[in-house]
Amino acid sequence: MELVYGHPKSLKPIQTKYCPGCGHGVIHRIIAEVVDEMGLQTKAIITNPVGCSIWADLYFDFDSVQPAHGRTPAAATGVKRMLPDHLVICYQGDGDLAAIGTAEIIHAANRGEKFTTIFVNNAIYGMTGGQMAPTTLVGQHATTAPEGRDPIVAGMGYPIRVCELLSSLEGTRYLARGSVNNMVNIRKTKNYIRKAFEAQMRGEGFTMVEILSQCPTNWQMNPVESVEWLEKNMITFYPLGEIKNTLSTAPAPAQAH
Amino acid sequence: MAEEIRLMKGNEAIGEAAVRAGCRAYFGYPITPQNELTAYMAKHMLAKGRIFIQAESEVAAINMVYGASSTGARAMTSSSSPGVSLKQEGISYLCGADLPAVIVNVARSGPGLGGISPSQGDYFQATRGGGHGDYYTIVLAPKGVQDAADLTYEAFSISEKWRVPVLVLADGLIGQMMEGVVLPEPIDPATLPRWQWAVGHSVEMGRPYNHVSSINLVPDELEAANRKRFARYGQIKKELLRYEEIEVEDADVVFVAYGTSARVSHGALEMARAKGMKVGLFRPVTLWPFPYARLLELAEKGKRFLCVEMSMGQMVEDVRLAVNGKAPVYFYGRCGGNIPSQEEVFAEVARLMGK
Repeated sequence: MELVYGHPKSLKPIQTKYCPGCGHGVIHRIIAEVVDEMGLQTKAIITNPVGCSIWADLYFDFDSVQPAHGRTPAAATGVKRMLPDHLVICYQGDGDLAAIGTAEIIHAANRGEKFTTIFVNNAIYGMTGGQMAPTTLVGQHATTAPEGRDPIVAGMGYPIRVCELLSSLEGTRYLARGSVNNMVNIRKTKNYIRKAFEAQMRGEGFTMVEILSQCPTNWQMNPVESVEWLEKNMITFYPLGEIKNTLSTAPAPAQAH
Repeated sequence: MAEEIRLMKGNEAIGEAAVRAGCRAYFGYPITPQNELTAYMAKHMLAKGRIFIQAESEVAAINMVYGASSTGARAMTSSSSPGVSLKQEGISYLCGADLPAVIVNVARSGPGLGGISPSQGDYFQATRGGGHGDYYTIVLAPKGVQDAADLTYEAFSISEKWRVPVLVLADGLIGQMMEGVVLPEPIDPATLPRWQWAVGHSVEMGRPYNHVSSINLVPDELEAANRKRFARYGQIKKELLRYEEIEVEDADVVFVAYGTSARVSHGALEMARAKGMKVGLFRPVTLWPFPYARLLELAEKGKRFLCVEMSMGQMVEDVRLAVNGKAPVYFYGRCGGNIPSQEEVFAEVARLMGK
């Protein structure tokens, strides 16, 4: 009999604390699948963010390090520089990466640090209860943007496209944006993660997979509505695909004639 | 063979001592007056194939230390007062996760930007934890270049033994001045032990997966973790206390001073002794733990104390706590980057003694 379903070894078989419809569970699952498929469970180390996924160390069945809010890329730098043969996964949310930790992510990327960042973008602060994130869309409601994000009159600024922002840095080798809104995108996202992890283990430069993810609780929707909202609002603003790929395995650019 | 004496700046001697202690990773950010230390580490760590990163900020540097230390590697950062303030968040997390680390503060005057001249205004920050939460760091206070090298070298093993970060509290004078120094024996990092609490190499270490973290949302569990750490602090207070005494036995007035102030006070002591005045010097080497019990013993013998600091009076509070009203405690301080001269310290003790 062919095994068609199994629980990844790298993910503990326990129920998560994440809300119904939250994307973190699916993202954890595909990361764990790739770690298993690459045979890297005993070499994997996750550096956690501060945010809902602060609990990642409860679920991933491998080593973990929990730094301060936003400092995860700096800590991951320290871990990976000491253990270059290990798989270091720097897991961050949008507040952690794009607000308080902006300096750390830009400079880790610019140094070409050889870990992989998994950037979960749900356009809201989850754990603290629905505050405006740097990636909150214009007009989107948040407890700290009660009338919707207003970049001009209230001076709340504009949503940041992180992959595009980092793409000009020479240290970055692979920047992809996926989504967990449907099976097709989940599979594509898993493929991006595999490419990034493989590039990391080959010792290439900075790799990051941004993942658009639902937060039904703080978006104040049910899970089905949140998927629809993501598709209608987020994917249109944050284009999916490989934003930058200069890996050694990348197809050579077409020759000009 | 005679020991080789090298003429070195304090900042460079600290760097060389760290290299010789088997430091595998150094993370720093430019700030005066400790820049020679970062430059020394850039040159010598990279030449040895070890890790040197000029971080984007002091905040990033201390968090790189956190990551490197999580793997069990000897890791270090250095800065000066405003930069050490920025590191306090990371130091709190290191303490909460029971990670060793060496942090060097080549202190300058404050508050705020203050100046770049030497100061001892960071005593409160250094000895009271410095960041948020209930914790302490071990604080070693060198009085010169040799001492700075020796204490930095030893800081790594002390930190690992107790799983508590060690702060080497120097000042801009110690960092900038040149003195002869005999350097300690180099340790090859490859010969250093791997730790069961670290991440990485779980199979080789035959251990379950580790989670290096300071978080615990269950009040009883967090309280238990804090109490366990404080039990360790109790042991540190018993085993690590260090101080130096000069001509204390027959002294009527004892200077209490650390670091540069202790050097100056020593000069004042010699001036006083030349005039037949019974003056001694008590110099804490560990600022945390602080030698309260020994100062109380001296107070009970009838000594009076003159605390000399390059601040508006910080360690003097610990001296008063130590003697607990059993002896007079006087204070003489300069601040703003000024270093008291031995003449002015002598004049103060002469005034107190009615000479």
